[in-house]
Amino acid sequence: MTSKLSRHLSNLETEAIVILREAAMAFERPVLMYSIGKDSSVLLHLCRKAFHPAKIPFAALHIDTTWKFRDMITFRDRMAAELDLNLIVHTNKKAIEDGVHPIKSGSAIYTREMKTRALRDALDMHRFDAAIGGARRDEEPSRSKERIFSVRGPNHSWDPRRQRPELWHLYNTQIATDETMRVFPLSNWTELDVWEYILAEDIPVVPLYFAKERPVVERGGSLIMIDDDRLELEPEEKQQNVLIRFRSLGCYPLSAAVQSSAASVADIVEELRTTRMSERAGRLIDVDETSSMERKKREGYF
Amino acid sequence: MHAPTHRERDHLRFLACGAVDDGKSTLIGRLMAETGSIPDDQLANLVHLSKKFGTTGGNLDYALLLDGLEAEREQGITIDVAYRYFGTPKRAFIVADTPGHEQYTRNMVTGASNAEFAMLLVDAKAGLTKQTLRHSRILSLLGIRRILLAVNKMDLVDCAEAPFAAITEDFRKFVSQLSFDQVDAIPIVARDGDNIVHPSKRMPWYKGPTVLAHLETVPVSTHQREEAARFHVQSVMRTDTGGRGYAGYVSSGAFKKGDQIIVARSGRKSTISRIYVYPSEIDSVETGQAATIELADQVDIGRGDIFAPVDAVPEVADQFAAHVVWLNDNPMLPGRTYSLRIGTHTVAATITALKYGTDIETGEHAAVSTLAINDIGFCNLATTEPIAFDPYAKNRETGAFILVDRQTGATSGAGMADFPLYRASNLVKQNYEIDKGYRAKMKGQRAAVVWFTGLPSAGKSTVLNLVEQKLSRRGIHTYALDGDNLRLGLNRDLGFTEADRVENVRRAGEVARLMVDAGLVVLCAFVSPFRNERRSVRERHDAGEFIEVFVDTPLATCEARDPKGLYAKARAGKAFHVTGIDSPYEPPEHPEIHLRTETGTPDAMAEQVIADLARMGIIAR
Repeated sequence: MTSKLSRHLSNLETEAIVILREAAMAFERPVLMYSIGKDSSVLLHLCRKAFHPAKIPFAALHIDTTWKFRDMITFRDRMAAELDLNLIVHTNKKAIEDGVHPIKSGSAIYTREMKTRALRDALDMHRFDAAIGGARRDEEPSRSKERIFSVRGPNHSWDPRRQRPELWHLYNTQIATDETMRVFPLSNWTELDVWEYILAEDIPVVPLYFAKERPVVERGGSLIMIDDDRLELEPEEKQQNVLIRFRSLGCYPLSAAVQSSAASVADIVEELRTTRMSERAGRLIDVDETSSMERKKREGYF
Repeated sequence: MHAPTHRERDHLRFLACGAVDDGKSTLIGRLMAETGSIPDDQLANLVHLSKKFGTTGGNLDYALLLDGLEAEREQGITIDVAYRYFGTPKRAFIVADTPGHEQYTRNMVTGASNAEFAMLLVDAKAGLTKQTLRHSRILSLLGIRRILLAVNKMDLVDCAEAPFAAITEDFRKFVSQLSFDQVDAIPIVARDGDNIVHPSKRMPWYKGPTVLAHLETVPVSTHQREEAARFHVQSVMRTDTGGRGYAGYVSSGAFKKGDQIIVARSGRKSTISRIYVYPSEIDSVETGQAATIELADQVDIGRGDIFAPVDAVPEVADQFAAHVVWLNDNPMLPGRTYSLRIGTHTVAATITALKYGTDIETGEHAAVSTLAINDIGFCNLATTEPIAFDPYAKNRETGAFILVDRQTGATSGAGMADFPLYRASNLVKQNYEIDKGYRAKMKGQRAAVVWFTGLPSAGKSTVLNLVEQKLSRRGIHTYALDGDNLRLGLNRDLGFTEADRVENVRRAGEVARLMVDAGLVVLCAFVSPFRNERRSVRERHDAGEFIEVFVDTPLATCEARDPKGLYAKARAGKAFHVTGIDSPYEPPEHPEIHLRTETGTPDAMAEQVIADLARMGIIAR
């Protein structure tokens, strides 16, 4: 029996499996960054393949900002139970006490405190020496320069000029005591590859990716879903029900929806072949300024 | 349900290279834009970026799509490899946009290592440059067999055929000595889009395909059909049947259930009993697939092993010859130990001889003593245990290796194995009945190396001398090895360059090892400035047998003492490579014995060594 995958997807799958096993072998305490999105779902599936019939040999870490969509948290807990994951959930509780808020604090401060700092703290607290994530090079220009095995200096800082050349399929996994590694098995995948793989392998994903009428408010040209009563509407704003879905999931007040009728994975694949908008167009945190992702990454953002 | 249009597309991994400002990023940006691969929001952002950083006078500057780092946008150059993805209904592309600057040649090598096709750009007005020749040679060395010469900026030569024909002919002449199977050429204007996706109206004399049409039709084959099957073992795991499964991947060929295989390094044979990929068992596994394999027999197999068909076994050797491209700012030092990674196997390796360096422009060979960054050389390597490999020319996956600096972790060398020098199977270590333990026991002692390291004039020999006297009074058989003494004999051919210092310590370490084998307590005094070499000597000894003594004396004190006048000469510019002055010293991080000489007399230091040796059980209390 040969694989039902296209040769291209099969090659991407193998590359990712090889990388996952290398990370598991080369590091003392690797951890899987689990953000609940489609890339994370693919990563989890690849982990099962990589280590089958053994259990996934590392923990899954979710940085919970407390502002994720409710559906995401439900899905996370379901997957953790079904796959018997060692799930670690970390929140920057101090920032919450200090009132850091996705809208009122501004997305820059919010991302720094609830995502970057929370991630760094969690990695330090558990002494993880490698963090495996689902970032892809097609997401954003500074990501396109990122290595598959990417060294982070003291305090998880990223120096794009000090990156190691990555030759053939030979990964250099050596790190010094104050260094850690970020590992990106999906580096060479595109958004379309991810969805075609989800389709071929029948991988479960959060229902928010599929079109449905949902309560939204239009704000600054973006459709923001009202996931709970914490989203305060301005006097002139009004809630409406629109047929929407999400291409990228994050904190709900910062993740814009797209109008779409794609209600199945096959529909999504079809939609992506014709869309004229990039996946991250709905990510409000990326558009702060030119190079904002690179700056966030230098500080230790994923 | 599958999406048929995508399934039938194949993928081409290629790189774009050539000199700086030849228009690589612009060409790729335009290819992406004209194939509809740039989303509208990124296009809108490009308009914004072009106004801010653009070099095209307000027009869209496609290069800014690729140069994703701040410094790249500000300086208008590509610093690092960018990987980009675009496609047409016929084919999908992964392109590595590599920097043209000579100082970033290593990034071009990186891009070439993962590509099966290359697009080399030249400026029509400038013609072939040194960088064009350099990149062609690297492409050839890295095993790229098909290249496309894109002659850019044709508008600067009036879009005329003659200059294009002249460049193309020059190029063909030059590359005829290299190992390309197919070389094509297309005249283009990347900035305006001529012959990129649409045929140029300005160059009606050109009848060939556009760049995109060429990319869509050039044959793709990463693997030669004649490559023998290779399965790389990544890890060993318990399987659901309670047996041992070897998780790994196939880098070439195919394996099926029932195949007889050989484990390359051990030469043991067995039969494949099961192959599985979650969630099911399968009958065969082929190139580019990961799987877990179970064998019919219990054989000792570990990470780094390669399974091969019994009639097509890879080379197995602990000494071999290879081409190496140096990638690190710190030069390659023959004699120094590096980590070598080949397939899934990591071993320690030393360059035993640097046969020659290759002039990247002329291809000529020249005698060299070291390789600097971006240099290419041919050398002999020795590994601490045998490795399995194929010549790179026969198999890129099993012939490629990297060398990693053990101190900094930097990926320092890109290697391409050529041929085995000495088959490991021919070399059998002689085991004698009378061994180290027996010899030491006859003397009523434990054998060990006590290795004093520190700056010149730190007091190593002084303390060593006292320690040896104290040991001999206890009836212990010792011998002292001293840097200066060895340099008068065994090492008199060595100078004080970094490479020579590395070799000096290596030889001293080997002599010390022989003396330990003779059952002696060997006292060594060597500046031995580099951690890497001290670590190598340590690794050549059994655990607990190598005692590092850091004679820690501040530079100022050493300089004030200066019994041999070495520091004075260095300060006067009359001596070079003096450790502490113009040559680095790397202090031990965790020495077994740390002597802070300013806190006591030489005798007190010697007493501390004796006490520590007793504490460690090397000598009786």
